[in-house]
Amino acid sequence: MQNNLDETNPKLPARPPPKRAPGAQVAIAAAPAPAPPAAALAIRDLSVSFGANRALTQVSLDIPDRAVTAIIGPSGCGKSTFLRALNRMHDLVPSARVEGQVRLFGSDIYGPDVEPAVIRRRVGMVFQKANPFPTMSVADNVTAGLRLNGVRDRAVLAERLRQSLVMAILWDEVKDRLDAPAVSLSGGQQQRLCIARALAVQPEVLLMDEPASALDPSATARIEDLILELKESFTLVIVTHNMQQAARVSDYTAFFNMGQLVEYGPTLKIFTNPAKQQTEDYVTGRFG
Amino acid sequence: MQALTCACALLVVVPLALVFYHVLKSGIGALNWAFFTQLPKPVGERGGGMGNAIVGTFELLGLAALLGVPVGVCGGIFLSEYGHTRLNWWIRFAADVLNGVPSIIWGMVVCALVVVPMRGFSAWAGGIVLGFIMIPLIMRTTEEALRVVPKGYREAALALGIPLWRAILHIVVRTALRGIVTGILLALARVAGETAPLLFTASGNRYWNHHLSDPIAAVPLQIFNYAISPYEDWHRQAWAGALVLLVMVAIINIAVRALTRERLGKVP
Repeated sequence: MQNNLDETNPKLPARPPPKRAPGAQVAIAAAPAPAPPAAALAIRDLSVSFGANRALTQVSLDIPDRAVTAIIGPSGCGKSTFLRALNRMHDLVPSARVEGQVRLFGSDIYGPDVEPAVIRRRVGMVFQKANPFPTMSVADNVTAGLRLNGVRDRAVLAERLRQSLVMAILWDEVKDRLDAPAVSLSGGQQQRLCIARALAVQPEVLLMDEPASALDPSATARIEDLILELKESFTLVIVTHNMQQAARVSDYTAFFNMGQLVEYGPTLKIFTNPAKQQTEDYVTGRFG
Repeated sequence: MQALTCACALLVVVPLALVFYHVLKSGIGALNWAFFTQLPKPVGERGGGMGNAIVGTFELLGLAALLGVPVGVCGGIFLSEYGHTRLNWWIRFAADVLNGVPSIIWGMVVCALVVVPMRGFSAWAGGIVLGFIMIPLIMRTTEEALRVVPKGYREAALALGIPLWRAILHIVVRTALRGIVTGILLALARVAGETAPLLFTASGNRYWNHHLSDPIAAVPLQIFNYAISPYEDWHRQAWAGALVLLVMVAIINIAVRALTRERLGKVP
């Protein structure tokens, strides 16, 4: 499948073939775990501050390719701040300062010649509150990222529209009302529409900031099924408040507290045999 | 207490009813087809109309919009979307002060800047002065309309890798369009009735305006000239002009109501 954004933006580097080589620095303890796949995102000494407030301090971790990594922790622990640093969303906040390195398949996204827009096309994002563009139809929402990046070819747009909606498991529900206003969909459908919209620009990594926290249980279950499907083709990082959700959908889990990474490892280990007392207290519900 | 506040609130309706009743009663008699199509007749001759002034008002509003809308909207976009510095505070402050400047002062300034160098009153000068009055009004309403667009839409657009200017134009401004158009219409309604700044810019004209560098008639100017005249027939024409102006402004306000109501109904 050719990437049409490549033609419109020569700066967009092609994705390297997935490597299954060693080198990922996932903390593996005694528990048996599969050999970690190559890192999609290598984060080194990442700190974020807003004015005089430091929200995130010296975080280093590797996020593996084609797997789901969950970020958990109490409110205000820096989960969302961390997530937003991964596609340069902090650039929009004048007081925000980001230090350290974030390498996306080897290249630093905060490098001197890097366009934030190019990074955001490679690292997509889905937000807590479903935010389809209210002036646009279902179809226009999905193709917005392509159209506003200069893709005009109708055949390409139609194909991507179908493909993205199928991937987001929404096609069957909306195929007969693609021209209806996006806000006429239900809350759960709107969130899957936002996922389809993010998928349409063919990102490599998809960041999700509590994507199901505003949805009812059945809509949440659909989003979780979707996450499990998507990890076949994408690297997913999901911030969640819901520990059962983290346990259900993720392969790796990072526990944050007070702006610092406390523990990171395979989800099974974090939930059953964490190395730190603090992690155990949190996942067993003793605090947070 | 409730009765007192209610009475005070109702007091706003009374003048409106009085104005409408009186203007309607005095103006309706002189309203006919000729009033909308013909030129004013010389003193002493009955009949005639203010077709030139009605057309002139629309021409002046068009010229004013040509200047006021792009500058006001772009300024509002800057204040809301790019404004994070001390400069913005000053621009906002300046716009608020300008909104309070008496309109006759605008007229004097444009007279000095446009009329004097061009050596004559002109439609251009009239359009420019009304446009200047519109700029700070539109700037502030545009800014307000853009500010209520939830941050989530901007973030969603930027997270798709859409460049900032395109996200602003195609997503944020599109979402706020009703509010922006409402602000433009209110600014047009406000300047449609301005008289003082036109006195020494557009100046008025008893004939059709064939060239924008010639003086041009406007309904409020015509009302002013007729109302201070000693002739009974002109007085009746002035009332009819007032009725036309009032209906124009009322139509704009009703359009604004329709726009804003639909917007409120559409919030997801």
